[in-house]
Amino acid sequence: MLAASAVLLLAAAQHAPGLKPVSAFAGIADPAARSVAIFEEMGKVIRHPRCINCHPRSDRPNQGEDGHPHMPAVTRGADGHGAPGLECAACHGPRNVVLTNGTGSVPGHPDWRLAPRSMAWEGKSLGEICRQISDPARNGGKSLARIAQHNAHDGLVGWAWNPGPGRAPAPGSQAQFGALTRAWIASGARCPG
Amino acid sequence: MATDFTLNGKPARFEGDPETPLLWVLRDHLDLTGTKYGCGIAQCGACTVHLDGKNRRSCVTPVSTVAGKHVTTIEGVTGKEAAAVQQAWLAVNVPQCGFCQSGQVMSAIGLLRVKPRPSDADIDNAMAGNICRCATYVRIRQAIHDAAHALEG
Repeated sequence: MLAASAVLLLAAAQHAPGLKPVSAFAGIADPAARSVAIFEEMGKVIRHPRCINCHPRSDRPNQGEDGHPHMPAVTRGADGHGAPGLECAACHGPRNVVLTNGTGSVPGHPDWRLAPRSMAWEGKSLGEICRQISDPARNGGKSLARIAQHNAHDGLVGWAWNPGPGRAPAPGSQAQFGALTRAWIASGARCPG
Repeated sequence: MATDFTLNGKPARFEGDPETPLLWVLRDHLDLTGTKYGCGIAQCGACTVHLDGKNRRSCVTPVSTVAGKHVTTIEGVTGKEAAAVQQAWLAVNVPQCGFCQSGQVMSAIGLLRVKPRPSDADIDNAMAGNICRCATYVRIRQAIHDAAHALEG
């Protein structure tokens, strides 16, 4: 009984609620349909507030579970690290910092910044985002292999699963997201319509 | 646990919880009360200091993260930009109640160091995180322009 409980707990830890493992798509025989289905699963992460809030359609980030405009009213600056004099690092340090009034935390990472304009996701369909991610002209010159690396290992991407108190993490884990990305690529990197 | 850093050009040490916000350390332990507590959640800018020369909100800066770094407060800020901002602030008579002004001044100096001739938009973008409940924003912008002109001269 105890062993069975331990196995269940381990399974729950490995497959956190909200993100299906790659194996869940094995039953889709058509590779193109499987690829689209896997990307739609990845979309649960991509369109999660922890990710899309810093892929805005404008030069200002959003924040919160409802994606409201960031306060203060910061701007991206030349390289996504904020305006001269009000860089992201004026508030966002190298790690999350719990607020002393107990209302949550200021998120942090050594390279806290906005995604480039060419990678704006806010307001786009999942298919549009998929084609954007696949396009080296818009994704920062990344090959699909580098996209897989980025999704699986980039520290700022990984922050989405460790966002600090007061903020819901992205579903699943970065390892699962990386595995889904590899499976999407292996099945043809097809995009939803 | 001790945290060692440089404060206004001199060695400083804080012995206590490394998660203590830098603002608490400055005001409550080192008696530098020029840096103000406004909101405590990085929304108002009253607590702005310079960390290795860059604008930084001290209320959300655990003191452990400044170990080995240079912290400058309103009491110790120097240099041509600081002098120009001080002169312009006096000439324009910027403050009303004054509570936010040390943060405003530190942010303005930090801006001029990286953007010597800021446009209105540059100033608005850089100062967006510094709130003034007396709404002295027009005078702040004018004083920053005046300081920039003085630095050119």
